[in-house]
Amino acid sequence: MSQESEAVLQLLAQHEQQIIEDWLREAGAASTRHTDAARRAMRGEASDILQALGSALKAGASADEFQQPAWAPLRQSLESLSRSRAAQGQSAGDTSQFVLAFKRPLFTVIQRDLAGQGDRQMAIIWLVSTFVDRMAQWTVTTYQQTREEIIKRQQQDLLELSTPVIKLFEGVLAVPMIGTLDSSRTQVVMETLLQRIVDTGSRLAIIDITGVPTVDTLVAQHLLKTVSAIRLMGAECIISGIRPQIAQTIVHLGIDLQGIASKSSLADALQLALEQQGYVITRTRQPA
Amino acid sequence: MNRIPILQMGQNLLVTIQVDMQDQMALALQDDLANKISATGARGVLIDISALEIVDSFVGRMLASISGISRILDATTVVVGMQPAVAITLVELGLSLTGVRTALNVERGMELLAQTRRENLLAR
Repeated sequence: MSQESEAVLQLLAQHEQQIIEDWLREAGAASTRHTDAARRAMRGEASDILQALGSALKAGASADEFQQPAWAPLRQSLESLSRSRAAQGQSAGDTSQFVLAFKRPLFTVIQRDLAGQGDRQMAIIWLVSTFVDRMAQWTVTTYQQTREEIIKRQQQDLLELSTPVIKLFEGVLAVPMIGTLDSSRTQVVMETLLQRIVDTGSRLAIIDITGVPTVDTLVAQHLLKTVSAIRLMGAECIISGIRPQIAQTIVHLGIDLQGIASKSSLADALQLALEQQGYVITRTRQPA
Repeated sequence: MNRIPILQMGQNLLVTIQVDMQDQMALALQDDLANKISATGARGVLIDISALEIVDSFVGRMLASISGISRILDATTVVVGMQPAVAITLVELGLSLTGVRTALNVERGMELLAQTRRENLLAR
């Protein structure tokens, strides 16, 4: 353990309460924006960090190598701080601000206790400044990781939500596709649709592409694959919701959709489906 | 080597594949089926692959060629009960089995065979 670390450790031990109070005041904990519970939580986080820092310094950790095992407890408490802040929706700036607010109380103590020892004071201030910066950096890194995890989870949710398989009629299933069709989407759609065909024993599936903004050769390829797979299972498939522009694109691109029943709207497709199964729809009275 | 049994039900032949297909078995089945169709004069062949979980391109091609052979021998082939994963695999392999008729389960397959026979009779 270096001389500076020892000095910092001593200061921390001597003025622990004082430092925490100043830190929280500096971080704005006293402002009326925070509830009592939030203030208590901040105090808990501050003393956790202080303790973890103390044990890291005692273990002789160097501020230049923040990945050392000695810093692990401190990294953990910073991670939990940044996770809880990210979950509350606070920005990365706010979170690192809280950690950086730790500097001033430390500098105050150093200035007061080590007055008149110019060189030593400078060295200690440099040490303190380095590890507080590292701590702030670490909170931002973990904050970003947490947000990325949230985004990934949401993407997954969106993928699953965006492909519902609906039973329209006895033996008729429908999939309204919304958004761009890429390989992973098609895969999910294909799997859920085929499974539902097995579960419900449906003879017909309608794929509605009203919500698909553009159709290019790749999208058409995906559609053709899905249709082939449905046919292999022993069911039939109708594609509906082909908008005029998309019909034009398909023809211009020279995509061969022959052998696939297509209808312009879902209503037409349902009518065709019912006709194929021998149903006849009649109106028994005029609506009022 | 195990052989896959071929059952006769009236004018139709029923083949249920209950084990993972090996290439030798597939070839033997193709051979047996051709002999059986010509011996019994069957008009329909129903292949149930609902227990088949793994296919490769060889088995996929075998299904297509069985269908072709029986068409020459004047019998209609229906493949029934394909698992979703199998269907996706075949499509990804580029085998969409055009010309092979399919149905969801054995019951629907039988219906389809009966319907095809009626249509053929009417066409005459």
